[in-house]
Amino acid sequence: MARRKERIDRPVKVLSDDIYALASIRNMLYLAAPRVLPSLLLLLLPLLAPSAYFQRVITLAALYALLALSWDFLERSIGAVSLGQSLFFGVGGYLAGVFNVTLGLSPFWALLLSTGVGAVICTVLLFPCLPLRGIYFAMTTLVYPLLLSRIIEATGLLGGTDGLVGIAPFANAWVEQYLVLGVLLGASFSLSRLLSTDFGVTLSAIGDDDQTVRACGINITLYKISAVAIASAVGAFAGAYFSFLYMFVGLSAFSLELSILPIACAVVGGMRTLIGPVIGAFILVPLAEGARDLGTLRIVFYSLLLAGLILFKPEGLLNYLRRKYQQVERWVEV
Amino acid sequence: MAEGNRDFLVLTEVSKSFGGVKALDRLSFTVRQNDVLGIIGLNGSGKTTLVNVITGFIKPDSGTVRFQEKEITRLPAHRISQLGIARTFQTVRPFHRLPAFKNLIIPLCSPRIKKLTGSGKWGDRDAVALDLLEEVGFERDSAIPFKPTASLPHGYLRRLELARCLALKPDLIITDELFSGLSNSEVTSLIPLLEKLQQSGITLIMVEHRLRELFKLASRIIVLDRGRKVAEGEPQKIVADAGVKEIYLGAEF
Amino acid sequence: MVLPLLIYGLINGSILALTALGFSLTYGISRVANFAYGALYVLAGFSAWFFLNRLKLSLFLSLLLSILLIGLIGAALYRIALIRVRGMPTSEIIVTFALGTAALEALRFFGFLGSHYTLPAFYSGALPVFGVPVDYQRLFIVILGAVLFLALWIFTHHTKTGLAMRAIAQDEQAAMMAGIDSDFMATLSVGLGAGLAALAAGILLPLSYIATESGSNILVYAIAVCIVGGLESTTGVLVASLLIGYAQMLSVIYLGPHYQMIVALLAILVTLILRPSGIFGKHKELEERV
Repeated sequence: MARRKERIDRPVKVLSDDIYALASIRNMLYLAAPRVLPSLLLLLLPLLAPSAYFQRVITLAALYALLALSWDFLERSIGAVSLGQSLFFGVGGYLAGVFNVTLGLSPFWALLLSTGVGAVICTVLLFPCLPLRGIYFAMTTLVYPLLLSRIIEATGLLGGTDGLVGIAPFANAWVEQYLVLGVLLGASFSLSRLLSTDFGVTLSAIGDDDQTVRACGINITLYKISAVAIASAVGAFAGAYFSFLYMFVGLSAFSLELSILPIACAVVGGMRTLIGPVIGAFILVPLAEGARDLGTLRIVFYSLLLAGLILFKPEGLLNYLRRKYQQVERWVEV
Repeated sequence: MAEGNRDFLVLTEVSKSFGGVKALDRLSFTVRQNDVLGIIGLNGSGKTTLVNVITGFIKPDSGTVRFQEKEITRLPAHRISQLGIARTFQTVRPFHRLPAFKNLIIPLCSPRIKKLTGSGKWGDRDAVALDLLEEVGFERDSAIPFKPTASLPHGYLRRLELARCLALKPDLIITDELFSGLSNSEVTSLIPLLEKLQQSGITLIMVEHRLRELFKLASRIIVLDRGRKVAEGEPQKIVADAGVKEIYLGAEF
Repeated sequence: MVLPLLIYGLINGSILALTALGFSLTYGISRVANFAYGALYVLAGFSAWFFLNRLKLSLFLSLLLSILLIGLIGAALYRIALIRVRGMPTSEIIVTFALGTAALEALRFFGFLGSHYTLPAFYSGALPVFGVPVDYQRLFIVILGAVLFLALWIFTHHTKTGLAMRAIAQDEQAAMMAGIDSDFMATLSVGLGAGLAALAAGILLPLSYIATESGSNILVYAIAVCIVGGLESTTGVLVASLLIGYAQMLSVIYLGPHYQMIVALLAILVTLILRPSGIFGKHKELEERV
């Protein structure tokens, strides 16, 4: 008697589909719980953290989560794989330094402007590369952060190899911890929402097959520009935030690690889900920070993890959890 | 049926080379409005390049393409779609990540539709999409339109392609090997749909390999060989043409 | 002043050509962009050093063994890892990139840094070429570069395996129908590419020292040469190496040492923006951009 594994939707999932969610409290809780509970947990984290060190780790995790979110959004929408998230980060970071130190703006305004101007600069830089297909686009994303950091190094502009010092810190510790968490939650939810609007559906279609979208009478260039602008704004915000966190920005803002770790977070948490990378960040970053004593071995660790997951278990944590939450597996006889 | 515009689509001396290879060689022909034109030829004769040039995915090296008195040679592909030319692709390329009916949301969002119908509310588009699918032969009230696109069988995917074209309310549809990969019965079931499209006023250009079915639909045939037009005329005349027979030596009719 | 510049530019170009050859071969045959290339190069250098200094083998034997070892590692890389993500270019890139980074960072962690590790030149001394002194190693580089190109050209155009590889590169499905095993060819191509990287390492590393830091530089230079010249063309590699070689040399002399990398990076960007298929590239328009 042969057996096979069968997966069917859980009764509660089917029952809470669409408007029927309102039929009972249980249904509503089933839908609300996965969205509300993690958000609450995230907001409680700084309060639960035993020391300032851990609070700093949470903030860092949130920043990497933003980078990972940005990476996943770019991949999920227009199908572009970015090997250079550090471009957005570094541009935002240096702009924050310039706005705050050279132009004397307060951290709040500098943060805002760095996000906006950073998005503009990155979009302009990547604009000529937008028509390129997969591997070619990936190569340009690899090249840009290297190029910018070498130019800074060679010309000594923007502090050269020493970087910019004397950047102001945040007004107080509460702002420092909660601003980024708030932005993270806001960005995660609004980007998810965006992808289910008509605009977002078209973006996904471009990621799927941009030629066909052209044949549907849509000017894909505008859509691609929007996607890059959004992704780079998120990344630039993270970079600028970092500058205020450490009151310093230097060549390390363009480092390779900032490009690899977001990808690892996305693969661990579940690619193309937007929320998965955020979860991945809150798993990997504390691990990485804990392993900081091991020096560059931590980069070895998550590079190997990244490669291993892509090769053997590309599903990702969120997809796995979602599957378990929504479906029941059982053996049936054939 | 009223006589349509004689010069609905006009190609003049269109040429395109890739490296040293001439894909199109000074090709010229006209299409009358509401006609069904069939384009046939062996692999490598330039058929798909021709479709790409007309629809703006590739720019020709020389020559012009005029559509309804307007020159469209250098226009970008999405602009040409907006003018009313829709095309299918040789390898079916639906949007895998979306459920089947959502595939049609994209053309329904295009500027052409917004202009023709006034921008509808978000909910309306889903209903329009489902209606379109019914029009091309998806069974009404079944779960099929909601299934992920990747799970649909080939015949449905081809119909989805046609629905995608129809969503644009086109005046001209160019199909690139629509019948390829379909069984005989699937092809036969598509023919009434294509006849219905032609009767509703749409002009069809069909690039095809399946000659028997094409000859039932087309009123005129053009034969391409290595980028050049070697024969043109009604299907019976093409069948009898000795030159064409030579090119297709061995093909069964 | 012109003659020394001409000669040093030629040398620099040859260095680049040797560096890029393996990467170009792998991509040209099986469309695999091996982003672990730089790591393989550096690993080759260290393994040769190991054979030479720890196992006390002769220079020739050390180099030969390192070429074989790295070639095998390359083949294993495909057979074990890449074969699983075949056909998904972005996964291929991420996997090779991640593995390469892991290898380089591991080397860095275990202390293989700085200028302690060197490989000896084949023959010390210099020779005046048109009045310009050129050391034998560099001379050897130019000659070997030319010889390798000739050998590769003959291999890909006139031997059965070589022609099979080109068939795969042109039309994989047709080649498979003709009985050519695509996976075997891919394994071979990645292994050969890695072996060539090791060969390049053996010849080029005596010029300075084995540096883990140069791992990513090597990858960038290889990519630069291949992109500018056209990812599927051996002639392209030759021409692009000379172009970039001269450009780098001039900018280093007149602007500064940092510009060596900047020139390579700019070359990549400019080519991708203006003509993605490179100078001799054969990609059809629709394949490379929208």
